[in-house]
Amino acid sequence: MGLTITEKIVRNASGRSDPRHGEIVTCRVDLALLLDSGGPRRIWPRLKELDVGVWDPDRIVLCTDHFVPAVDTASAAILKLTRDFATEFGINKFFDMQGIGHLMLAEQGFLHPGMFVCGGDSHSTHGGAFGCYISGFGAIEMTGVTVTGEIWIPVPETVRINWEGEFQHGVVAKDIMLKLCRELGMNNGGVVMEYGGSTVRAMGMQERAVLCNMAAELGAETGIVEPDDVTLQALRDAGQQPAANAREWCSDADAVYKTRLDFSSAELEPQIAAPHSPSNSGPVGDYRGTKINQAYVGSCVGAKLSDLHMVAEVLRGRKVKPGTRLMVAPASARVMTAAAVDGTLAAITQAGAIILPTGCGACAALGAGILAEDEVCVSTTNRNFKGRMGANSASVYLASPYSVAAAAVAGELVDPREMLSAVP
Amino acid sequence: MSGKAWVFGEAVNTDVMAPGLYFKSSMEEMATHCMEALDPAFAKRVQPGDVVVAGESFGVGSAREQAALAFKHHQVAAILAPSFGRIFYRNALNFGVPVLRFPAYAEVQAGDELSVDPISGSVINHTQNKHYSVDPIPDYLMDMINAGGLMPWLKQRLAAGEIV
Repeated sequence: MGLTITEKIVRNASGRSDPRHGEIVTCRVDLALLLDSGGPRRIWPRLKELDVGVWDPDRIVLCTDHFVPAVDTASAAILKLTRDFATEFGINKFFDMQGIGHLMLAEQGFLHPGMFVCGGDSHSTHGGAFGCYISGFGAIEMTGVTVTGEIWIPVPETVRINWEGEFQHGVVAKDIMLKLCRELGMNNGGVVMEYGGSTVRAMGMQERAVLCNMAAELGAETGIVEPDDVTLQALRDAGQQPAANAREWCSDADAVYKTRLDFSSAELEPQIAAPHSPSNSGPVGDYRGTKINQAYVGSCVGAKLSDLHMVAEVLRGRKVKPGTRLMVAPASARVMTAAAVDGTLAAITQAGAIILPTGCGACAALGAGILAEDEVCVSTTNRNFKGRMGANSASVYLASPYSVAAAAVAGELVDPREMLSAVP
Repeated sequence: MSGKAWVFGEAVNTDVMAPGLYFKSSMEEMATHCMEALDPAFAKRVQPGDVVVAGESFGVGSAREQAALAFKHHQVAAILAPSFGRIFYRNALNFGVPVLRFPAYAEVQAGDELSVDPISGSVINHTQNKHYSVDPIPDYLMDMINAGGLMPWLKQRLAAGEIV
């Protein structure tokens, strides 16, 4: 009987030849991602209490992203502690204010097919685009990983999700995920979402990462895409040499899935998730005319270079509606530089948008761009829970970068396809 | 020992348990804002030994361990829900907060007197005179649970030379 890519990775990492689904196994960790949010500030005191160091400093990647740049003495102290931790334990893979950790792993080529990786943030699933098992854990468990290099997981089943065909212009991976949040709900514990089909194969790595990132919103163990030429080229572009057997990390033709789901991409419309849940979503037409105060382009899922390109495509020759503010927080320093060099930032700022520092920003109400009482925001981020981006009475609508840019121009939610097909 | 039931709906997320606005604050301060977007009275009036009862997907959302720690801080005796957010469930177990899958959550009314025994897997609703048995915590994890959570367990393993 064949195996899914996830089953192969879990067998390899656990050393177990035939574990049952649901059985709890201990896995060796190839790489651990720690962030300023739940990393050293919460782990270091525990290491002191245990009187131990880290299991392997070369297998730890440390990034500052949630509290950057410091806006008060509390965030400054957290960042200082994080830097001190890197020095104390000899963490050489330390990226200070260089971007959101999930992007750092991708940009640096640290994720290879077949790896087993733990991250101290729920959207660590982002990295599944590289054909590795990577999932998010709380700081208490990342403490355990930091000490032992091990973690337990229940052996997951796999759900295969195929998207076939070409998108309409203006429809992207984010729209897939907002639709799946509605169709599958957010309570899919114990399964891995494996994405495939011609639509996914045609996507670049940044769009594939959106599918895996928001597997967290589906409540799944993680998301994964089998490696192909696109994956291996991304590793080479990052200066890494893929292993000779990298393509062998794939699902067998006779792999057994919990369920298989098939969708047609040509029929997919731009999607909007209304307050206060990613699963409260529907076609953009259902929300047309909803007035907004703020449009926000940011976060790991929604401010990669591919996302900024979508925003600029809408904004070229157009202006942000007076009375509406558009804020853009590029997800990494490398994204910022690339967008500056290729003219994307010029197109965005000439339209009247404000560029914010790189980092997690307002997505979780930690950085600039927080909402006041009763304000309405449309955002490229991945969560719109009550109070997530600021005041408890604020409303956040989730959408693709195309839809957020179009809303910024119109001052209200609109179908981005109309704007993209019209001459500005 | 019994406690009062605090009843919440479905898909209560970690942002309302540990709001990002207070992320830089101490755990003590953060715990005073636990659930305030849903019920501002909770953090003010919850008593040690009280029981949180909720619908599907309790703790959906982020990896922030302060969401689980907030309930530990308030010394709730147990959290009962038919299903939990993946990371929240793991965090709670690692802190020794009993999280038990409880399909009959809708039968519990706010303020009911409940007793929960997480080891034997029993829930008693004294107000309604109902007894329930719930799935115990998986055997594999009982070593850690019996030790009192991940930190005491790591101490034991380090002392025994099991971690090199």
